[in-house]
Amino acid sequence: MNIHIAAGRVIDPASGFDATADVVIVDGLVRAIGRPDQIDIPRDAQRIGADGLIVAPGLVDMHVHLREPGYEYKETIAGGSRAAAAGGVTSMAAMPNTRPVVDDTSIVGYILQQAQRAGLARVYPIGAITQGLQGEQITEMGLLQQAGCVAFSDDGRAVMNSAVMRRALDYSRAFGALIIQHAEDSHLSGHGCMHEGVISSRLGLPGIPAVAEESLVERDIRLVEITGGRYHVAHISTSGAVEAVAWAQQKGLPVSCEVAPHHFALTDAAVAHYDTNAKMSPPLRSESHRQSILMALSKGIITVIATDHAPHEPDSKEVEFCRASNGVVGLETLLPMALELIRDGVLDWRRCLATITCNPARLLGIQAGQLAEGQPADLVLFDAEEKWHVDAAKLHGTSRNTCFHGRHVQGRVKMTFLSGRAVHNDETD
Amino acid sequence: MEGLTREEIRLLLDTALSLREVNRRDIKKVPTLRGKTVINLFFENSTRTRTSFELAGKRMSADVINISASSSSVSKGETLLDTVANLQAMNPDVVVMRHPESGAHALLARHIEAALVNAGDGRHEHPTQALLDLLTIEDHLPQMGRTSLDGLTVAICGDVLHSRVARSNAFALRTMGASVRLVGPPTLMPAHAEEALGARVYHSMAEGLADVDVVMVLRLQRERMSAAYVPSVREYFAFWGLNESRLACAAPHAIVMHPGPINRGVEIASDVADHRHRSVILDQVSNGLAVRMAVLYRLCLGSQGKGVQTLP
Repeated sequence: MNIHIAAGRVIDPASGFDATADVVIVDGLVRAIGRPDQIDIPRDAQRIGADGLIVAPGLVDMHVHLREPGYEYKETIAGGSRAAAAGGVTSMAAMPNTRPVVDDTSIVGYILQQAQRAGLARVYPIGAITQGLQGEQITEMGLLQQAGCVAFSDDGRAVMNSAVMRRALDYSRAFGALIIQHAEDSHLSGHGCMHEGVISSRLGLPGIPAVAEESLVERDIRLVEITGGRYHVAHISTSGAVEAVAWAQQKGLPVSCEVAPHHFALTDAAVAHYDTNAKMSPPLRSESHRQSILMALSKGIITVIATDHAPHEPDSKEVEFCRASNGVVGLETLLPMALELIRDGVLDWRRCLATITCNPARLLGIQAGQLAEGQPADLVLFDAEEKWHVDAAKLHGTSRNTCFHGRHVQGRVKMTFLSGRAVHNDETD
Repeated sequence: MEGLTREEIRLLLDTALSLREVNRRDIKKVPTLRGKTVINLFFENSTRTRTSFELAGKRMSADVINISASSSSVSKGETLLDTVANLQAMNPDVVVMRHPESGAHALLARHIEAALVNAGDGRHEHPTQALLDLLTIEDHLPQMGRTSLDGLTVAICGDVLHSRVARSNAFALRTMGASVRLVGPPTLMPAHAEEALGARVYHSMAEGLADVDVVMVLRLQRERMSAAYVPSVREYFAFWGLNESRLACAAPHAIVMHPGPINRGVEIASDVADHRHRSVILDQVSNGLAVRMAVLYRLCLGSQGKGVQTLP
């Protein structure tokens, strides 16, 4: 089916294109972008009016937990794909802390197959760094990469053993693979369940000090120095970690990082009434850390926004705070939360959209996040002005544990295309 | 106690004072809560507090049921909400709960209709303990040559980090105009304690106790040694144990308090705990009963819950 998207504001952060233009899609690829009088529009093309809308590359979320195989009661690849499509996300990288863990090529194959079946979003598996996430033996990175893994991570926990982390970074170089670290020194975080600060002391909740993240990032950067491996900090949340990454980048080291919307939008004050939808790992930090994160976004130290979409069933959240599972969903609020950064003057349109399209795509080495002739027609049409409020009950995925329930946001996905096929339509879905 | 106003605390203390008189009568009963059902739901072992609440309910003529959830359904994996939903089916007027997790009452309050009393949640708060401590201090103001809690200096000593008694008292004392000191080893102080609890932190008992009017001692749990908070009981007692010479640093009229149960020779020397004039530990226990009667009274009368995690 051929599609003609008319008169939208087309923004492609990778090239810097930002103008009112029409987009023609033929056979699942972008055939042409330009003024209607300057491009060829097939007569049978279905016309979609995009007047007043932004036409952007389908979003790329490089940190998502799809929970399948093993935790299908929390989410499935199909459910997660529905949520992605509703959020305008056409490509997502899925973390390996499933059951079984993605440390074997057979599981990679299964995930790709399930994603294909659902057909609503592209799923790029991330392989485990260590077998079974045990932190001891490294996985078959080469074979896993061949099978389809785009990066490696033990997310959910850190690779604590310095020697193992060194080996992982070193070995990864043979494959140019990206090593993503969930930076948390578990000895320092202990039984903590929220940021260690004034609020945790008042609430009587054991805290996770910022140094649990900062010390591990600093150690890892030293290891990057001697190994040259490509290193990426997952869900960065502290001033110290951001400082360390900035230092490493200044020295020209291959170090990058991502931030989740809840870390730039919320603080530990959100835990005030022991709300378990404010419980995640790393935890929401105090205001001074949040300010450092915003500064780092605006300076380009943080180049990726990734949701750490972590679906959990109600039974695991409707319990005492310390016993609740960590994490919140995020695929469907990624866009409006990112757009808040433009409104608040932290990033301009191009740089902001880049954090959720071409930047993560480039880090993962995938062909995504670009809206250009010849590229797969993965697109999102959204109304940047439309105001709505987040309602957990209306989310499209299996689980509804959002930290933004009730939040008034601006920026709504109207249509999502995957290979030129509409996978989400706000009017009908 | 965080969030309670001075007036609200005053009302509870005054109610406790008038109810205390009931406990001295020959027939220790008032019909105030007749026909009301009070369920004591204790997820942590506690003889002292539970008996206190039980007796408080009974003296007010309520039907009191004690459930020790540690042994029953919880060990079978039942969630807190399910346990309480089952109790809710019995239509209690008040649920008094003690739970090992901070914030358990906040969770529960969102899901039950009965009035909820916090008998201790994790290391967060133990409001009735703070109330009985305030009442006990007020009883001894005359011997301190004072007329109100305003301007009083209270030192809370020991494992503040893990103590709900310390938190509730810090909040309550500040609201009533007293100034609070927290004294203990650095590893047993909460992060940002001064800002979080509005108190001054000391690591030296001699400095921390200098001229204070009240010395409140907290229990040191044995587990703290294994988790690397303090090296040994011997060291703890040597530097932070309340003995006669440290007590001498406090004001001559200073009283010694302890929420109990005491660990003799660990946080407090035996002779200090048993001190006939300075130690008011047993007074605290009897005031506990009056204070709990007051809390139940106020709740069943329908005024804004005290000691209840009220949520917006």
